[in-house]
Amino acid sequence: MNKQRPPEASSLKSPEIGGAYKYGFVTDIETDTVPRGLNVNTIRLISSKKNEPEWMLSYRLKAFQHWLTMTEPTWASVKYPKIDFQNIIYFSAPKATAEKRQSLDELDPELLKTFERLGIPLSEQKRISGVAIDAVFDSVSVGTTHQDDLKKHGVIFCSISEAMHTHPELVQKYLGTVVPFTDNFYAALNAAVFTDGSFVYVPKGVKCPIDLSTYFRINASETGQFERTLIIAEEGSFVNYLEGCTAPQRDENQLHAAVVELITLNDAEIKYSTVKNWYTGDKNGRGGIYNFVTKRGKCLGARSKISWTQVESGSAITWKYPSCLLLGESSQGAFFSVALTHDYMQADTGTKMIHVGKNTKSTIISKGISTGHSRNTYRGLVKIMPTAEGARNYSQCDSMLVGDKCHAGTVPYIEVRNNTAVLEHEATTSRVSEDQLFYLRSRGLDTESAVSMLVNGFCKDVFKQLPLEFSVEAVKLIEMKLENSIG
Amino acid sequence: MALLVIKNLHANVEGKAVLKGINLTINPGEVHAIMGPNGSGKSTLSKIIAGHPAYEVTAGTIDYDVNFQMKNLLEMEIDKRAKEGIFLAFQYPVEIPGVSNASFLRASFNAICRHHGVEEMGQEAFAEFLRKKLQLVEMDERFMERAVNTGFSGGEKKRNEILQMAVLSPRLAVLDETDSGLDIDALRIVAAGVNKLRSSDNAIVLITHYQRLLDYIVPDFVHVLVDGTIRETGNKDLALKLEDRGYDWLLK
Repeated sequence: MNKQRPPEASSLKSPEIGGAYKYGFVTDIETDTVPRGLNVNTIRLISSKKNEPEWMLSYRLKAFQHWLTMTEPTWASVKYPKIDFQNIIYFSAPKATAEKRQSLDELDPELLKTFERLGIPLSEQKRISGVAIDAVFDSVSVGTTHQDDLKKHGVIFCSISEAMHTHPELVQKYLGTVVPFTDNFYAALNAAVFTDGSFVYVPKGVKCPIDLSTYFRINASETGQFERTLIIAEEGSFVNYLEGCTAPQRDENQLHAAVVELITLNDAEIKYSTVKNWYTGDKNGRGGIYNFVTKRGKCLGARSKISWTQVESGSAITWKYPSCLLLGESSQGAFFSVALTHDYMQADTGTKMIHVGKNTKSTIISKGISTGHSRNTYRGLVKIMPTAEGARNYSQCDSMLVGDKCHAGTVPYIEVRNNTAVLEHEATTSRVSEDQLFYLRSRGLDTESAVSMLVNGFCKDVFKQLPLEFSVEAVKLIEMKLENSIG
Repeated sequence: MALLVIKNLHANVEGKAVLKGINLTINPGEVHAIMGPNGSGKSTLSKIIAGHPAYEVTAGTIDYDVNFQMKNLLEMEIDKRAKEGIFLAFQYPVEIPGVSNASFLRASFNAICRHHGVEEMGQEAFAEFLRKKLQLVEMDERFMERAVNTGFSGGEKKRNEILQMAVLSPRLAVLDETDSGLDIDALRIVAAGVNKLRSSDNAIVLITHYQRLLDYIVPDFVHVLVDGTIRETGNKDLALKLEDRGYDWLLK
């Protein structure tokens, strides 16, 4: 008997995706750490370490008071053991950096080496041209490149801790106006304990000459990372902002609860792109980052635009809904997302588009790929308020399944309170078809390359929204994740 | 030395016996036409040669020449077969959304190059190479950037198969009903393309219902497949006889 079925065709059903995580190393560096646990003293300690103004401390304490009254959200389609918030370290920083902010060339060589290994050279000679980078290591920003060049154009790009001192009026005016601490459990927690993050201010009429980027690195163990990003685009300005992240490979889970706030005034535009590559946990679902993030943009001005593009391929658990509040007349929001889950990862991600202004427009394109035993849920809300005359939304949510033990779900909520609105919603769920695989393989591609090609094709509408280098990186990242998967 | 030798091949599809003892030898430089009524096993044979996992070989052998040695084809993986020069032009080409024809073909071409230790072709050089191949099947350059078969008309899909054949230059090409659904002009273009790809080193198997194709691509042998076995073998005149008399005289 001669069975025609080749062995690898059946192993497609239980792929082992994930391969080696090449950013899983740990940097050995002396740190300044606050004691485990969370109480008023922890918050005072963080605030004093950062030498914060009084208004900041009182904001944190108010947020903390509020947080104590809240409970963790449980509506997402993810399962995990209860988090002990008293068993987390809320502040950890490389010692030298914690004491005094240094110029990039004075940075601890270990830090420079770490970022170099991550492909983010920071030193003057080696820095990447065309992109300014704010490097965040555990709880603090350790350096920002290209600051001087940006200053010439009036663009402020620095850590949020620095901005509190150098531009307190802007921070005070906008912080918490898009995501108030009352918004949700993790937003309140973040407001109380956030340690650093990036601050961007693009003045009126300025098209930011280079892309801005923040790179988040978690290094210390048992430490949460709580960063806060605030981007303000004044009238007629434009900025392209990129975010990347990695963390060491550990058996325990680590919490990352960030808040990102974007504000656009009349005719301004912010393009915010994320390529997430947090450690996802091992093949049995042990370890990995819990990524519980609140990202929201407010299109305050008329004709202003905010777009979120995300490639989510990291974290053990993702709970994330980058959203747009469309207040300004004819303002536009967009959400382009690729979420790839493998092994035991769980992702509950999507967006909210809240139409308030007249003739506001939103576009949602979401591509979810589930493999292994993972769960991948799209959850989205399109809400048209009574004032949003002539609002339009187009939503497309596609899911692709690789194997038969994974789960894909689509949970779209639509709320329309103005009958002039036009909404379109398309959703598909497909399995990587045997016919497609056979076709590609019969042209000489091995199974791995064939699946990778199918997945990349499936994600194309989203990848083409990314800046070029990021798009190349995203394609590589997806390929790497699919590596060793099949065959 | 033969290129492909099929002996006593039996195969099932979903548990049902479809091939019941095929014997066929193909030498380099030959063109074989396989004809026969619907359901006689023509497409099954082509899919088994290419390695489709849904077809189960229950008895018999297929040997294929790899570097002057006859190797058991049935033990070779699908992509390995392609790398060793087996090509199937699909009866129903599959759509691959979001993947451009150019990048798909370059990936295939380079995978085959790597297998043979030949230097891969860069993006620009390949585009130049592909342009020439497009002319062979009279396809517009915009087909380079269009997603593979996605939104193509039936005729465009078939031409795209021959384009792939031209790019990958197989040693054994099996064309599964490439002529069906083509109008007379498209048929002429496709046939002319295939004829240009004929050489003394490669062989072509044409699976077809119609004698018409064989006016353009003249076969050395015509086989008639009936109920899973080759019932009759002849030269091009056999096809004319079938055109004239149908299959009834073979169905006894």
